[in-house]
Amino acid sequence: MSGDSRFLGLVYLAPYIIGLMVFTALPFAASFYLSFTDYNLMSAPIFTGLENYVKLFTSDRTFRKSLWVTLVYVFTTVPLKLAFALFIAVILNYKLKFINFFRTAFYVPSILGGSIAIAVMWRYLFADVGIVNMGLAAIGFEPVNWFGDPTNALFTITLLRLWQFGSAMVIFLAALQSIDKSLYEAASIDGAGKFATFWHITMPLITPVIFFNLIMQMVQAFQEFNGPYIITQGGPLKSTYLLPLYIYEEAFKRFDMGYASAIAWVLFAIIMVLTVIAFWSSRHWVYYAGDKRS
Amino acid sequence: MTDHALSTPLSVDREAEQILKAQRRRQIISATLRYGVLFSVGLVMLYPLIWLIGASFKPNSEIFAGAGFIPHEGTVAGYVNGWQTSTPYTFGRFFWNTFLIVIPKIIGTAISCTAVAYGFARFDFPGKKILFASLIATLLLPNVVTRIPQYLLFRDLGWLDSFLPLWVPSAFAGDAFFVFMLVQFLRAIPRDMEEAARVDGASTWQVLLFIVVPLLTPALISVCLFQFMWTMNDFLGPLIYISSVDKFPVSLALKLSIDTTEAFEWNRILAMSVLTIMPALIVFFVAQKYFIEGISAGGVKG
Repeated sequence: MSGDSRFLGLVYLAPYIIGLMVFTALPFAASFYLSFTDYNLMSAPIFTGLENYVKLFTSDRTFRKSLWVTLVYVFTTVPLKLAFALFIAVILNYKLKFINFFRTAFYVPSILGGSIAIAVMWRYLFADVGIVNMGLAAIGFEPVNWFGDPTNALFTITLLRLWQFGSAMVIFLAALQSIDKSLYEAASIDGAGKFATFWHITMPLITPVIFFNLIMQMVQAFQEFNGPYIITQGGPLKSTYLLPLYIYEEAFKRFDMGYASAIAWVLFAIIMVLTVIAFWSSRHWVYYAGDKRS
Repeated sequence: MTDHALSTPLSVDREAEQILKAQRRRQIISATLRYGVLFSVGLVMLYPLIWLIGASFKPNSEIFAGAGFIPHEGTVAGYVNGWQTSTPYTFGRFFWNTFLIVIPKIIGTAISCTAVAYGFARFDFPGKKILFASLIATLLLPNVVTRIPQYLLFRDLGWLDSFLPLWVPSAFAGDAFFVFMLVQFLRAIPRDMEEAARVDGASTWQVLLFIVVPLLTPALISVCLFQFMWTMNDFLGPLIYISSVDKFPVSLALKLSIDTTEAFEWNRILAMSVLTIMPALIVFFVAQKYFIEGISAGGVKG
């Protein structure tokens, strides 16, 4: 209102600004500095220049393995999860009975998502004699060594996160339901088939939501910790040793804060680069209805 | 087919009927397919949880003996033994600790995020654009970068092994997602009432308290529920900051019981897992509409 000080709004923002400085900006800068130091908590940080980064990229085989595993994990989990969430959302978008029941049923695993109790459950389900292998045996397959075999272990964690496709699906479903029905009627009068309608009307209109889900899921997947920590402890043969696990152990088990910060910054840089690529490319594939109308 | 045009009205009827029939058949097939997919996905979603609950009542010898969830010889031994834990404390203590972490955190989140969202949605001030951009940036900023210096900060403050590192950042509107959600919600509420109240001489904080907060209540409930779930499920935070067993929340206690007893007492672990997810599950079923609305609002209108 006129008469109010121009700075009145800042009073309400005070907690945020303080929090931003103390708990985000300062730690952010500090972690960048620490990544160039040797710091084991016993004495003050010693500046060592690029030493941590040189070590990471030249002699640290654990890091190389961990980085590779992380990329494989993210690039399988995120696309599979988004595709599955969209597929189910499209089916639920038809006028179906029990839609609320299904939506709830599909959402429950997401709500329990990060809980370590769920990770514990996963260990039992995928144990050598667990019900997943019993199910496979029932339909004539050989039992799979889910956690013991380095080629399967990571995928078991991907399956856990796929099982939690619900929150992405709810967002897709809300977007699908907000599409103007007259567009579909117009398309069907013009003789467009179902597939053409989906591809040329539905898909463009939900690209903003696909973009949103893509960024969110990606940032989340790069930080996966609970799954591998509880289910596989990073093994076997470091096949599920994701970077957040490596950072945790360097920082809070070996108290090598400088080196851990350097790994964190590499992980951060990767997330940043991919986010920037996504934002940059979004100009070519994300369609904002509002832009075109104005 | 050549005499199509000459066919009698009767056969036109028959043809139309056949087309309709084919259409109906196609509809039935596609509906069956859809329901088939939905039911099988629903089964895959829910059966693990049903199995978990059933298996927690099984004796240890039975847990890996079959895929069914109904125990042949039901027992509550898992719950009784699990509740005792291998520590001097019962699981009740760990639930109490979780409660002590969750409740102050929710209160701090609700108050600080409301004030900040109000500031963003209703005022113009120098630097607003940059500050709002910083909000979006923190939304995308991976915690992994700030975690180590935060730990060092809390260590220097002498807050390690207390609940303060888990409470305080949230009380400073540290969860950008919630601020963002409330701003989106506020932008959709017309300002007429607030402006009328200002004309009548109410101060901005009176407007916030008596007009905005009541209107914001559904969104605030979503915020509290999400914070409840996330804090209940949080594992890494307590893992880093809490070291004494007497302060453990259930997530750490569950991990501890895996490390100490899993080799031989599976039903204990399963029973305590069930108890761990129960509060979240109950809250979700009581208030699921707020979850769905909250998540759709944050995602779509953004």
